[in-house]
Amino acid sequence: MSDVTVDFSPAAAPLAEKLLEPAREILARYPAGRERSALLPLLHLVQTEEGFVSPNGVAFCAEILGINKAQVGAVATFYTMYKRKPTGEYLVSVCTNTLCNVLGGQEIYDGLVEHLGVGHDQTTPDGKITLEHAECLAACDYAPVVTVNYDFAVDNSTPQAAVELVEQLRQGERPMPSRGARICSLKEMQFQLAGFADEREGAVADGPAGAPTLRGVTLAQEHGVAVANFNIDTPIATTKPARDESAKAVKDPGPVSAAKPAEEKHGGLIANVASKVKSAAATVADKVEHRKAGAPVKAGDDKDPETRAAEARNPTGDTPAPDATSAGLPNQTPAPTNAAEAAGAAKNEVAGDGKPAGDTERGESIVQESAAAQKQPATTNDNPGWQNAPRGNEEKK
Amino acid sequence: MTQPRREVLQKLTPVLTKRWLSPDAWQIDTYERLDGYAAVRKALDVHPDDLIQLIKDSGLRGRGGAGFPTGLKWGFIPQGDGKPHYLVVNADEGEPGTCKDLPLMTYDPHSLVEGAIIAAYAIRASRAFIYIRGEAVHATRRLRNAVKEAYARGYLGENILGSGFDLDLVVHSGAGAYICGEETALLDSLEGFRGQPRLRPPFPAVAGLYASPTVVNNVGTIASVPYIVLGGADWWKSMGTEKSSGPMIYSLSGRIANPGQYECGLGITLRELIELAGGMKPGHNLKFWTPGGSSTPLLTADHIDTPMDFEGVAAAGSILGTTAMQIFSDQDCPVYATWRWLEFYHHESCGKCTPCREGNYWMVRTYRRILSGQGTVQDLDTLQDTADNIFGRSFCGLGDGAATPVMSTLKFFRQEYLDYIEGRTAPRLSEKALVGAH
Repeated sequence: MSDVTVDFSPAAAPLAEKLLEPAREILARYPAGRERSALLPLLHLVQTEEGFVSPNGVAFCAEILGINKAQVGAVATFYTMYKRKPTGEYLVSVCTNTLCNVLGGQEIYDGLVEHLGVGHDQTTPDGKITLEHAECLAACDYAPVVTVNYDFAVDNSTPQAAVELVEQLRQGERPMPSRGARICSLKEMQFQLAGFADEREGAVADGPAGAPTLRGVTLAQEHGVAVANFNIDTPIATTKPARDESAKAVKDPGPVSAAKPAEEKHGGLIANVASKVKSAAATVADKVEHRKAGAPVKAGDDKDPETRAAEARNPTGDTPAPDATSAGLPNQTPAPTNAAEAAGAAKNEVAGDGKPAGDTERGESIVQESAAAQKQPATTNDNPGWQNAPRGNEEKK
Repeated sequence: MTQPRREVLQKLTPVLTKRWLSPDAWQIDTYERLDGYAAVRKALDVHPDDLIQLIKDSGLRGRGGAGFPTGLKWGFIPQGDGKPHYLVVNADEGEPGTCKDLPLMTYDPHSLVEGAIIAAYAIRASRAFIYIRGEAVHATRRLRNAVKEAYARGYLGENILGSGFDLDLVVHSGAGAYICGEETALLDSLEGFRGQPRLRPPFPAVAGLYASPTVVNNVGTIASVPYIVLGGADWWKSMGTEKSSGPMIYSLSGRIANPGQYECGLGITLRELIELAGGMKPGHNLKFWTPGGSSTPLLTADHIDTPMDFEGVAAAGSILGTTAMQIFSDQDCPVYATWRWLEFYHHESCGKCTPCREGNYWMVRTYRRILSGQGTVQDLDTLQDTADNIFGRSFCGLGDGAATPVMSTLKFFRQEYLDYIEGRTAPRLSEKALVGAH
C-alpha cells in the first residue's frame, strides 16, 4: 500500500468526484485489509447517482477496492437490488409469492402491468415508475402487499388501490406509506441502503405498527395475560471473577481511517493512508481536467490487469491482499482444540448425501494407474501447460 | 369471529413483543424506561464464560429455523486462540411466510442491539455486524438510529460502561438475495462476494467471517438474550417445553380471521393459534399449512394438534423452521401454491450446486405444464425423481427447501395433480406460460 495513490480511470472519475467522500466513510466501517466487505454498500452508493449500476459504476467500485471489474460485475449481477438499466423515480414492487399470490397479489400485479403498459423490471416512458413483481417481502400478515422504494406502501392491497397509488405517484404526489417513512426517490433510498442515516426530519419516527403486528400482544394486554415471575434482579451464577485475561477480546486491525480520532493510536500507516485518500479526493478534479487534455491514464498501479488478476487468484507470499474467500483458510479441517469443539464437530455432520465418498476399490485402482503414469518419462518440459506457458510478449525477450 | 377461550389466552407469552405496544420504544429514552440496557449492565459484571453457561442453562435454541442450542454455539468459539472473533446477526429475513424479525427491528430495535452487545461480550468479539435484508428499509432506518443512540450513550464503542470491553457494531444492508439468509452465504456476501454457501466444515465457529471464529445468530435469538440475562434461565424455562424452552413469535398468515404475530410458549398447537386468531376466515376450511415457512414440508388439517416445538413438528415429519405459518384453505390449490414457491426457489437458487440450479429449473417447467392442462402422469414421477435428487445433494438448505413442498404435496395431494392432468380441474395457466416447457 506504500506508494499507491487512488487514481481513477476516465470511466470512474466522474463518479469518484461525487462519491469519494461517502465511499471513504463506507470503507471505514470494515477492518483494514477487509475493504472488500464494502462492495455491497458501494454498489448501493453508485445507484444514488445513476439509478442503476452502469459500467462506470462497476469501474468506480473496482478502482476504489483495487479489484477488477469482472469481480465487481459478478457481484452486481448476483443481487436483484442492483439494477442493470436506468430505473424510474419510484420502484413499485408487488409481492406475487404464494401467500400474497393466492390472496390477490397476482391480480394486483397484472392490473398494474395493464395500467402502466410495462412489465417486470421495466420503466414507464415518463421515467416515473419501475414495476417489478417481488418475492416474499416479509409481511405475510398484511398480504397482499405493495411497496414503493421498498417501504410498505399499501397493505391488504387491491388492484384498484395499487392503480390509485401509481397514479398519485405519476402526478407528483407522495402518498404516505402505510408502514414506512414518507416517500423519497429511489436514488435517495439508495443512499440509505449504502448505510447512511435518513436525515429527513421525522422520517425515522414514521410508520406506526399495524394491527396484525400487535394482534397477539394486544390480545394478551386486553385479557391481562403476562409472563409471571419476571424479576430483573435474578442473579447470574458466577464461577469466575468478572474480568480476567480470559475475558479479553482480540481486536482486529480496525478500519483504515482518520474518521475516528480514537484510531490514531494505530500509528503511522493508517494516518498515512488516510491522508493519501484525502489528497486523492482533492486531486480527482485536476485529473479529470488532465485527462480531458488527452494525457495518458495510469491504472491504480503499474501492473497490467492480467497480472493483477492472476496474483489475486493465486496469491504468493509476496501478494499482500488476499482476495479469495478461501484465502487464509487451512486446507484441512482444523483439529478440534477443546472438548466442546470436538463435540460440535461430531454433532454436525458434513453436508452431503450421506453416501460413502466413493467406490474404494475403484478409487484405489485410479490411484495406482496415476502412479504408474507418473513413472512414464516426463514430458512436462516440452508441454508446460497453458497456465505456465510464457505470454506472447515475454517470448520476444 | 369467536372469542378465544381463557385457557388458550393463557398460552400467550408476551416477552419479545411486549415493547411493541409502546409506540416510542424504538427510541432509547423509552427503551431505557422499559428495562432497556439493564441486561448489559448486569452482563458486563460477570465473566463471559458464566454468560455462556447461563444461555446453555436456559436451553435457548436458534430462532432462525435450525434450532441449534445457542449456548453450545457460543461455546464452540475457541478462546485464547489469538484471533479476532466476530458476531454476525442474521437479519436477512426472507423465507416465504416469515415476518417476525422485521417488526422486532422496527418497533424494538434496541433489544437487538442490547442482545448483540451481550453476545459479543460473551464470545469475546470486538466487532459485530447486523446483516439486514436490503428490502427491509424501515427496519434498517430504526436499527441504524438505535445503533447511533447506543454509541451516544456509551453502550457501544470503547470501554462500554467503564468495563474495558470495546465493541463496534455495523449495520450492513444486503441487496436482495434470499440465499444470503444461509449463514455461510451470508458470510460470503458480507465479505463482498456473491452470496454462495461454503462447504462445511470448517464451521463458522472455527473459520467464519474473514476466516476467524464467528457466531451467526438470528435476530430472534439475539433479542432473547437480554431477557434471559434479566429473568434468569429458570424463568425462561417456565415457558415452552422441556427441550424447546422459551417464547416464540408465531407468524400467522393466510385464510384466518386475524393474521398477525402471536408470541406463545413453544409447543402450542395450530388449533390453539387459530383460536387466538379468531378462527378461520368465514367460508374457509383448513386444508394445508406450512409450520415454519415454505422450506418446511407442508402439513395438513390432520396435523392441527401437533405441538409446535422443535420435537413435535419433527415427529410430524416436518421442521419447526421460523414458525411462519401460512394457512391455506379448501379454496386454495396445493399444486398452484407449490408451483409459485418453486418459481421462487428457481429464482433464488444461487447456481452453485447443479442439483438445485438445474432441478428447480426443470421442476418449474413441469409445474407450468401440469397447471396449463398439458401434464402427463409421467410428470409426477419426474417431479418425485427430481425432488429426490435435489434433496440432500446441495451445499445448503435451499435445495432441500425447494424439494420439500414438492414431496409433501405429492404425498398428501396426489389426486389434485391427477385432476389437472386428467382434465377434471380447469387449467390455471395459459399456453403462453408454456414456452420452453417441452
